[in-house]
Amino acid sequence: MSAFITRLRNALGRETFGLLILLAVMVTAFSLASPKFLTAANFGSMGYQAPLLGLLTLAMLGPMISGGINLAIIFLANISGLTFAWVMLQFGGADAGLPAILLGALAAMAVGAAAGALEGAVIAFVGAHPILVSLAMMIFLRGLGEFLTKGGDISGFPDVVGALGHGAIFGFPLPLLLFLVVAFVWHVLFSRSRHGFATYMVGSNIRAAEYSGLPTKRTLITIYALSGLVCAIAGILMLARFNSVRVGHGEAMLLVTVLAIFLGGIDPFGGHGRVAPVILSILILQILSSGLNLIGANQHLATAVWGLFLIAVMILRSGRLAALIPFRKD
Amino acid sequence: MTSGSDGFALRLKGITKIFGGVKALDAVDFEVRAGEVHCLAGENGCGKSTLIKVVTGVYTPESAEEISLFGEAVSTITPVKARAKGVSVIWQDLALFPNMSVAENIAFDTLVGARPRGVPFAKMKAAAAEVLARLGVTLDLDAPLETLPIAQRQVVAIARALLNDARLIFMDEPTASLTQSETDRLLEIVRKLSADGVAVVFVSHRLAEVLDISSRVTVLRDGKLVGVYPTEGMTQARLGELMTGHLLESNVSARDVSGPVVFEAKGLSVPGQFENIDLTIRAGEVVGLTGLIGAGRTELAHAMIGMTRAQGTMRLMGKPYIPGSLRDAIAQGLAYVSEDRLSLGLLQKQSIADNAAISVLPKLLDQFGLISPAKKQALILDWVKRLGIKIGAPENPIATLSGGNQQKVVLAKWLATEPKLLILDSPTVGVDVGARAGIFRIVRDLADQGLAILLISDEASEVLYNADRVLHMAEGRIRESFDPRQTTIQALEAAIYA
Repeated sequence: MSAFITRLRNALGRETFGLLILLAVMVTAFSLASPKFLTAANFGSMGYQAPLLGLLTLAMLGPMISGGINLAIIFLANISGLTFAWVMLQFGGADAGLPAILLGALAAMAVGAAAGALEGAVIAFVGAHPILVSLAMMIFLRGLGEFLTKGGDISGFPDVVGALGHGAIFGFPLPLLLFLVVAFVWHVLFSRSRHGFATYMVGSNIRAAEYSGLPTKRTLITIYALSGLVCAIAGILMLARFNSVRVGHGEAMLLVTVLAIFLGGIDPFGGHGRVAPVILSILILQILSSGLNLIGANQHLATAVWGLFLIAVMILRSGRLAALIPFRKD
Repeated sequence: MTSGSDGFALRLKGITKIFGGVKALDAVDFEVRAGEVHCLAGENGCGKSTLIKVVTGVYTPESAEEISLFGEAVSTITPVKARAKGVSVIWQDLALFPNMSVAENIAFDTLVGARPRGVPFAKMKAAAAEVLARLGVTLDLDAPLETLPIAQRQVVAIARALLNDARLIFMDEPTASLTQSETDRLLEIVRKLSADGVAVVFVSHRLAEVLDISSRVTVLRDGKLVGVYPTEGMTQARLGELMTGHLLESNVSARDVSGPVVFEAKGLSVPGQFENIDLTIRAGEVVGLTGLIGAGRTELAHAMIGMTRAQGTMRLMGKPYIPGSLRDAIAQGLAYVSEDRLSLGLLQKQSIADNAAISVLPKLLDQFGLISPAKKQALILDWVKRLGIKIGAPENPIATLSGGNQQKVVLAKWLATEPKLLILDSPTVGVDVGARAGIFRIVRDLADQGLAILLISDEASEVLYNADRVLHMAEGRIRESFDPRQTTIQALEAAIYA
């Protein structure tokens, strides 16, 4: 039995294994606490809620593995959503046809990727710290977005767009499908592609990577462009779910994505980390939030629990739990 | 400075230290006379560091027949006791405080760290100035330590030990990251300490230095004492043999090479770095390039690999060669093993496999354009076999390997690109003497297979024994060309240090 566990543990990696146990404990606890937890309805609603945070976390992942961070993700998503909305409004708003919707989605992704690439280019060529560059981009996009929308909501889109946010195929939530597709692509990108390899190398020592002949500048630009692209997908989904666009939508999720990434065992200094544990950690955060909601806890309390939860994970990972137990004289 | 009555700063007898069933030290004797410069020599893993840690109380030995410090027998050593007795270690990382001033660092133990409240700044600076004067060094006492070059930080560490009344100082690889002139200055300070009655135990991979500075050398091998020898009359070759336990090839290996010209430079210049360099390297030839640090050797290599733009012409395989970038140079068939393996040669956080694969990703792709784990594995296992690299698993971090094996991984990563010209910039920095021989055997094999090699080193013996032709570079120019078969190490060193 223990040999089996060891093998399972090696196959999944330490981070994933610990997270799976955590997941099992939480599912058991919540299903005991609330009869509504283990229901199709609950899991269905989680399937609609989690993908947005999931996509934004994936957008944060690449920059973090490269030793940086992208603080602009929320506003990248907002500005892309705004682009999507603007194109549809040009073609009749609620009456816009499918070509207009596709055009809008493409335009949104182009804007997201371009803004991300600009961040990457500044980081690569100027050598400024990603915190500063992405913070500047975040402030720029927020200002621009608020100026364009005058701080209000934009709404009035075709029904088919709403279906992306609320629809299902064979009972499988569309947003979840979208997220899983992107997650799978990300998994392959980081575990098998040349770009993914270069991202890890840049994250652990950019000068050594350069001396080894890797295209470090191109890698950095691609990392942030891809981050912007996923932000755009998140922005499109956000529009579809809320049926409106407002600059600042989803702002609270920014730091939660960082939380999910650390929970997923990504090295905060870059160079190490995998996609699978990050996806597990998103699932865990969603279950924690839904479960607390079901047993009637306050929504704000759920946020507080997330924070406590992360602290607990850090302590467990450090292996210094024993140090916290008060010293006792026998 | 009173030393013990018996004239010994340290006497150890029958020290045994066991880690997980392995004897890191096996009944080792070690003694240092007061005021002596003593060298502790041996390959990586021979027990040098363990011995230092026993003396400083970091490790407690499993058994010890005798431990005495300055003529006084002690039953056990603790770090506090060692320091109180005047034993000090200057580790490679120096253990200083980068954001504190020079004076604060020097006076840390006596005046800053120990005081419960208030730091007597004037007293602190006076004490620091006094101890620096004793070493014959002037430093800006208020400068933050991090603004100082490594060599000066080392002086600060020595001064700190002296202010602590150190009478026995261990120096662990103190010259590993110093230039030749900085090394000379450090050795000068060590002599001054010795004249002052402070015993210094010196650990270094550079055998020339060891023989130069110390009066006796203790050699360890595999945790056992090989012997204690006076350095007078000792040669580098003999010392290398004692350390590795087998005869090292230190014969001139130069041959006549008549292969086609692979690389040719004419009138190559980078203003302020080097001038008017003519260089020809043939297939199968090892060209040695030596000279003091700052002579422009590494700068020349950087121009050859496209890191800097040079005036003049370069040709590769007979065609004009103008590298626009390092990537371009690699694509055209150059490979460059950097002198700074720690921060430029390898990605210390990453695995052995990834470090080997980094330069040849395009060769490892499958039909979908993705990196094939099987091909990656095959690549690393192939090179492990070909170069005799000792590794655990390819997934282990590169940092788990010894310096020599790390350098072999660097070689593997560049050889995998199938270069036409391999530039080795100080390839044996931080590599112990046995592993050095292994690396040069590989270099010779590669040349025999037709690779053109430029070997840059500041150790005259390395180029003399391993190159077919030796060029001496000074102040940005190539001064002289030597045929190793018709010159001696003394003649070459005389030219370099003239």
